[in-house]
Amino acid sequence: MKEEIFEVTKLQEPEAEQQRAFSNSRRRFLKLFGGGIAVAFVLQDVSAFVPGPAEPVLLRAADSKEVGGWLHIGQDDVITVFTGKVEVGQNIRTSLAQVVAEELRVPVNSIKMVMGDTDLVPYDAGTFGSRTTPQMGPQLRRAAATARGMLLDMAAQEWKTAKSTLKLADGKVVHSKNKKALSYGQLTRGKELQQAVVNDVALTPVEEWKVAGTSVPKVNGRDIITGRHKYVSDMKLPGMLYGKILRPPAYGATVTSADVSAARAIPGVVVVHEKDFIGVAAPNRATVAKAADAVKVQWSAAPQQPSRSGIFSYLKKNVYNSGSRGGRGNTVKGSVMDGMAAAAKTLQETYHIDYIAHAPMEPRAALAHWENGKLTVWTGTQRPFGVQEELAKEFTISKENVRVIMPDTGSAYGGKHSGEAAIEAARLAKAAQKPVKLTWTREEEFIWAYFRPAGVIEASSGVKNDGTLTSWEFHNYNSGPAGIRTPYEVPNQLIQYHPVESPLRQGSYRGLASTANIFVLESQMDDMAALVGMDPLAFRLKNLQDARLKAAFEAAAQAFGWNKTKPATDHGFGIGGGTEKGGYTATCAEVAVDRKTGEVKVVRAVTAFECGTIINPEHLENQILGSIVQGLGGALFEAVDFENGKILNPRFAQYRVPRFRDMPAIEIIQLNRKDLPPAGAGEAPIVGIAPAIRNAIAAATGVRLKALPLVPNGLSGMLGKAGG
Amino acid sequence: MELLINGMNYTVNPAAGTSLLMVLRDELDLTGSKYGCGEGQCGACTVLLDGKAVRSCRVPATAAQGKKITTIEGLEKDGRLHPVQEAFLKVDVFQCGYCASGMVMSAVALLNDKPKPTDEEIITAMNGNICRCGTYPRVISAIKEASKA
Repeated sequence: MKEEIFEVTKLQEPEAEQQRAFSNSRRRFLKLFGGGIAVAFVLQDVSAFVPGPAEPVLLRAADSKEVGGWLHIGQDDVITVFTGKVEVGQNIRTSLAQVVAEELRVPVNSIKMVMGDTDLVPYDAGTFGSRTTPQMGPQLRRAAATARGMLLDMAAQEWKTAKSTLKLADGKVVHSKNKKALSYGQLTRGKELQQAVVNDVALTPVEEWKVAGTSVPKVNGRDIITGRHKYVSDMKLPGMLYGKILRPPAYGATVTSADVSAARAIPGVVVVHEKDFIGVAAPNRATVAKAADAVKVQWSAAPQQPSRSGIFSYLKKNVYNSGSRGGRGNTVKGSVMDGMAAAAKTLQETYHIDYIAHAPMEPRAALAHWENGKLTVWTGTQRPFGVQEELAKEFTISKENVRVIMPDTGSAYGGKHSGEAAIEAARLAKAAQKPVKLTWTREEEFIWAYFRPAGVIEASSGVKNDGTLTSWEFHNYNSGPAGIRTPYEVPNQLIQYHPVESPLRQGSYRGLASTANIFVLESQMDDMAALVGMDPLAFRLKNLQDARLKAAFEAAAQAFGWNKTKPATDHGFGIGGGTEKGGYTATCAEVAVDRKTGEVKVVRAVTAFECGTIINPEHLENQILGSIVQGLGGALFEAVDFENGKILNPRFAQYRVPRFRDMPAIEIIQLNRKDLPPAGAGEAPIVGIAPAIRNAIAAATGVRLKALPLVPNGLSGMLGKAGG
Repeated sequence: MELLINGMNYTVNPAAGTSLLMVLRDELDLTGSKYGCGEGQCGACTVLLDGKAVRSCRVPATAAQGKKITTIEGLEKDGRLHPVQEAFLKVDVFQCGYCASGMVMSAVALLNDKPKPTDEEIITAMNGNICRCGTYPRVISAIKEASKA
């Protein structure tokens, strides 16, 4: 199946359209407020990215006049930030409020964040790729600092005094001599001021931060802990119907015949049958279920398609060669033939990576409502404006007539870029002429969302006896190019990503393909170290010049006690790390292997992570932790099983995810580089855990695994053969 | 049919076989309890029946008649959070928070039963609750925090 949701052309807008979008959002925004200070910032230095089949690709340089966000200070002292970024658990509602609060000298709770509502916020390509903290954060800082400058100007004028006599504190401008004070709202009263961000505005230095850089608790934590927060799946509208879609028994099966008359005859039931789409809606779930059962539908047999058992040979044989998508991430340096000839030892290996699922706790959900030709959809998506486009196209209406609203959502991990449930709910709502809520079941989420790509990776490398790398050849089939380059110094390199038409629908995942590429990179590095009899850490450091990555390895190793302690019998230590999305990470892991049962238990893991300046240490800790835990599942046992168009394990009882009992003792080392701009942290810390575990298993048993997941069925049958 | 939920009597009339979860969510708008899997595997729908944690997606509403049902909405009393909620808030456990209600309810049941649980007892009691954001160690910290109260 093609990744139709990620077609690049869909988001390309002609210049005039962009200009119109700009003036529309500006007008729309100004209509919201009678007066006050409004600061807009533009995306002039921000390139817009959209996700490709597996990776973000450069879409277009954003138009220089495109607004990226607004900040408004009202007469009522309310400070409101408008951004297209969305909250899926990264806690950016908190961290973005922190940087604004810092620049405006107000407490965090005086900032109101309006996020991901296409009627209220300016265009944003989406929340992915760890871009919020390095791009939206600094923009908001500058907007807030610009507003601060305006407030000082206004107060100076009001009191006919020099700005140097004034300071900002607790939402007021204070005259330091006569102690006169005016709140921000009082200063703006009756005025309507607009300003574009001053790009070189003086920002509060990191060393002076009082709010940013601290562990401000999740701003809506109380709503979460009391069950009060309304996720989309919790929402209701008066007269609302519940929807259900009839799904084909396998990918690619089509409707050969359908009789919906019995369903339609049930009072209150609305049925939509258009080609292969059959959906029902009714005032309650029991009636919906009854209606769905009453539809008599015949599906065609699914077309013959690859199964898990043959997926890796399929991927190798079906490289997608047509032009633009081929060869991304390629690196050619020197000659790998010469490099291999110069090596004392060489190693050629093939690794296999399974498809895995995001399995967000909140399955896809949408609530759609048509009113006077205008469609409003509440849905959990990382790309509200992308879903707005999908809907406009689906119903052939203008984007101005589609409003997508994204309440804080039950997680995504790269898995909610698309608007499937939004379109389905809107189709039902259009026919019903009533609001319709559609919540996918867990099974639907497993089967009809998209997956992290499977992949075949071939690595071939050479090394001198002293541990100097001479050659590095790396071919990735289908996983994607993220994290494909080696951070190590190798004079001869050939690195290629070979896209494949994936049989399963695939897309973004936390860290994208770096979860696969860095796993292989760091496995191969470990095996090379073993070939020349070197300590795995020393071998890496010998071939590494990147100071930030070196620091991460050294910090993890030190906290772990690498080379200071010896593993117990049947325990092993392993290390792995890398850099991705501006973050630098290394993980050391200890595993225990039960030689009788083959069971592998990860006993402890130490991850060091550096992403420049830290905005919120506690929430950073949580993101690193989340990455380790999610990475643990993909490392040990997660795999999507499928056969000829059917997913065979679409339930939590069958698709194993990490649970409490799987938790190692986890230690996290944060390296705070206040001299460097902040980078995102939701993705990069995932890359170290899988190779660290793999290498620890090798250290404990001599078994050098070459697949993810590593031990879905333990090591049974593998021990005793190799070095055990 | 009458259900006693958070100390209040509700008259409901669900279709045969309707789960307690769907009655809570759809009929009574008590949406703090979440749907996560519908097969009792993830714990997002956890509520208390006579003080014991149950997966409300697997309990027919009829089976809850005559029992004291406590949902996440019933923990807060007069604007004061339950000590377990306080502890979870203090530890700042969550990311997306979708699993939060189920985690808190499972923890409340555990601490009702064992006020000072060991690590092993916590893991055993909580292992049926999934958090895809990976906050497990923070949940354990919060439970220990609450057990000190």
